[in-house]
Amino acid sequence: MIALALPAQDSGSFTPPGIDEMHLPAILPWGAHDGFSKQMLLVILSVVIIATFFILAARKQQLVPGKLQFAGEMAYGFVRNSIAKDIIGGKDFIKYVPLLFSLFFFILVNNIYGAIPVIQLPSFSHVGGAYVLAGIVYFTWIAIGVKKNGLKYFKLAIVPSGVPWYILPIVVPIEIISNFLVRPVTHSLRLFATMLAGHLIVMLAGSGIEYLVMQENVLLKGTSVLVLVGAIAMYMLEALIMALQAYVFTLLTAIYIEGALHADSH
Amino acid sequence: MNQLIISAATEGKEAANPLVPNVWEMGVVLVGFAVLLYIVVKFIVPMFEKTFAERAEAIEGGIAKAEAAQAEASAALEEYKQQLTDARAEANRIREEARAEGAQILADLKAKAAAESARITEQAHAAIESERQAAVVSLRSEVGTLATTLAGRIVGEALTDDQRAARVVDRFLADLETQSAGAAK
Repeated sequence: MIALALPAQDSGSFTPPGIDEMHLPAILPWGAHDGFSKQMLLVILSVVIIATFFILAARKQQLVPGKLQFAGEMAYGFVRNSIAKDIIGGKDFIKYVPLLFSLFFFILVNNIYGAIPVIQLPSFSHVGGAYVLAGIVYFTWIAIGVKKNGLKYFKLAIVPSGVPWYILPIVVPIEIISNFLVRPVTHSLRLFATMLAGHLIVMLAGSGIEYLVMQENVLLKGTSVLVLVGAIAMYMLEALIMALQAYVFTLLTAIYIEGALHADSH
Repeated sequence: MNQLIISAATEGKEAANPLVPNVWEMGVVLVGFAVLLYIVVKFIVPMFEKTFAERAEAIEGGIAKAEAAQAEASAALEEYKQQLTDARAEANRIREEARAEGAQILADLKAKAAAESARITEQAHAAIESERQAAVVSLRSEVGTLATTLAGRIVGEALTDDQRAARVVDRFLADLETQSAGAAK
């Protein structure tokens, strides 16, 4: 906080980018703070990209796939087999493949935006999208649990089997909090926070380089190279985290669905 | 610390709380994700699953077809072997039959030939017997005649001496010879 706030006293010194820099002015503003923003455009674009790619890849339906179809099948097969089949398993894992598939690629594409120059904005660095997706997943797994086990599901979910009765007063509140209150919050904030932090670091490095290059002292100017090297390393790490978070979010969704399906055996 | 925050805030740079969402953005994500999910459910997953199913079926179908072909081939081989065995047995049977038949024919022929030869011998015997009988009969009558003739001659010539007697016998014999020569002519 000190480091962030102190230089702001002096207009000639380095001003690091803050949260507000995440929110660019709207492209088509309406009202005081709202409008059609870059983030909205990117979200819509991601839907178009994913739908177009996979429809093109899946359309030919050849037994011996071409390059595009093979790439599409690899991507689809990854979510279908490595996430849905391995975690949920059974005969009816296929019912949940569309949701997991959509989640994975929706998040992946929207995250990768942050690694593409010029676009450079992961959609989920704005918390709203993460809330929406985590909320969809939250209600989905609760609905699955209730549909599968009836209202008894809530009892199954909060009362672990094999626990002595005198510990239940402690365990049940913990289970309620961890399963029904904390779970959707962590699910959404995990995605949002990693994207926000990654975006901030890239922005910070960018403005830091800019500031150092502008210095008149040649030696000080030279240190911008060090920042550049560090920025590239952080950029690589961010790209990894972008893919990883899409995977983690989808994997957790699969685990929640599996837990709801087999609540009686947990 | 507080003072620093205030100093930053008074500068008009009050940082927005990053945990407060923009409702419009939430709406766009919700609608966008719903549209994507609809497309995925309606088109993408069915197309991929159909391709996967077709591929699995093609592979399994190929295996089944190969198995069927193999079964057919082994059945054909079995049938062929069976037929070969049958044919061999048939050939053996025919050969045996032919051999037996040949032996039969040979035996028949032999029997027939024996019967024939017996018949011919019988006939020959009969013919010889009858001829002999005829010869005996004719000889008997001829001998009688000859004896009578000879006796007549002898009696007619008056058998006085041995010379005469000898002549008579000679003449008789000569007569007999000419007679027989004439009969032979």
